[in-house]
Amino acid sequence: MQQPTEGHTVIRYDGELNRLHLMMLEMGSLVLDQVHTSLKALKTEDLVATRLVLDREHKVDELEIRADDEIVSLIARRGPVARDLRVIMAFSKSITDLERIGDEAARIARIIEEMYETERSHPSGQLMRDVHSMGTLVTNMLRRALGIIDGLDADDAVEMAREQGILDAEFRSSMRRLTTFVLEDARNVGHAIYITLIIKALERIGDHSRNLAEYVVYLMSGEDIRHSLNTPDPTDSPYYNDGPDSQGKQM
Amino acid sequence: MDTIEKSKVDEIEDTGVKEPVFMPEDSATIDRENRATVGEVFVDNPRMSCRDVNVHYGENHAIHDVNLDIGCNEVIAMIGPSGCGKSTFLRCLNRMNDTIEGCKVSGSIIMDGEEINSKKIDVVPLRAQVSMVFQKPNPFPKSIYENVAFGPRIHGLANNKVELDEIVVTSLEKAGLWNEVKDRLDKPGTGLSGGQQQRLCIARTIAVGPEVILMDEPCSALDPIATARIEDLIDELRTQFTICIVTHSMQQAARVSQRTAYFHLGDLIEVGDTTKIFTNPKHQLTEDYITGRFG
Repeated sequence: MQQPTEGHTVIRYDGELNRLHLMMLEMGSLVLDQVHTSLKALKTEDLVATRLVLDREHKVDELEIRADDEIVSLIARRGPVARDLRVIMAFSKSITDLERIGDEAARIARIIEEMYETERSHPSGQLMRDVHSMGTLVTNMLRRALGIIDGLDADDAVEMAREQGILDAEFRSSMRRLTTFVLEDARNVGHAIYITLIIKALERIGDHSRNLAEYVVYLMSGEDIRHSLNTPDPTDSPYYNDGPDSQGKQM
Repeated sequence: MDTIEKSKVDEIEDTGVKEPVFMPEDSATIDRENRATVGEVFVDNPRMSCRDVNVHYGENHAIHDVNLDIGCNEVIAMIGPSGCGKSTFLRCLNRMNDTIEGCKVSGSIIMDGEEINSKKIDVVPLRAQVSMVFQKPNPFPKSIYENVAFGPRIHGLANNKVELDEIVVTSLEKAGLWNEVKDRLDKPGTGLSGGQQQRLCIARTIAVGPEVILMDEPCSALDPIATARIEDLIDELRTQFTICIVTHSMQQAARVSQRTAYFHLGDLIEVGDTTKIFTNPKHQLTEDYITGRFG
């Protein structure tokens, strides 16, 4: 089947769109490695790895700027319409999300550095359990989203977008467990704050990954499926407070 | 997906979270081989209604069963590769094809409840009602004033010189030309620039009080500035007239029209809202053409 970036009478146009696609994949593989390295650093307490992540952050930014230049040039010179326009819009939005994933990976690296430099003891395995399981979930989501971008697979993209609740459920249950640990032993509070920040960053990465899948659906079909799920009931939130005596519905 | 994730999906589905309303097959592109018209062919209160219009040039079947409504006060753009029948269809709307030997038009084109192809219809008032602007500016070899006054005079639209002057001034104003020519109305129309000549032709068209203006590539001989002025004019004229424009410039179609019709080898392939056609066309042939993958 012909790629949506190909088949133009002006063959150079195909080349320009394919170059943009490759640039995006290059950026995707770099941010995936950034996320992976950050999580590995957390697991192995490896501050060299966190430094590597922070040093490489500017590479993600450079790729974003290069891709944006390419997009502006394509719009100015080719006046894209229909699927070409959707390809460029989807790639442009994807690049923004990839850059933000890179930012979150760097944020995790900074939190790890601070945590291991300031805390006297290391967090317990119980506290870390949720970070690791959420890290695995989010890394898989990002890897899957990059596969979807690579193959421009609309079916898998719809499937992934449909699984919105998995990440939300994982985030909510992680927060519940962390709250319980802190309530059981107040000495956990220092680590719990750092871990909360890491879990929140992971949740953002998962959200951005799902956005990538949604852009592929738009690119292939022209349908904008963002926000097509019902807004979650606010009372489902662990932070929901329905009265002065309440500690939150879920807690 | 691993086992943990699968169980999570089941859990979420059980909790009643609704699935996205979208399924990819909803917006499947229509295959190239399918030649039935896709999109919104009919409109409420159409200015003109075309049904099963066929045009033959001798043995050549140029247009096949075209059905299309043209709405009031809309700009509808007709696009397609050379030889697709868009100009032929445009000429059907005021019976300009009558002047071509061997051309036979069948089907129905209704305007104000009357069949315009009927033998009892007089084509002279019809062409005043549905008038045309051509690709190349073609002012008469007369003064600017006479170019505009000619139509109203032969159609008897002015009872005296004062009324005729008023029609000339109003028409030149509506065509956005008055300020540029008001001091030289007696100078030849052919002495104007290409863009001004085309606006003079539009003023000449407006002067006979049309309801529909047909434009056959009105900007193809003009530079970008003159083109921009004509496009601006089209936008202003839309409030008073219905405009059908044939253009090879897809950017122009996207800029000036509210609806777009795509023709291909005599078939009306797709018609619809211009924004939708240029962002998410439903027919593969439309997409191939507007994205430069065909022709």
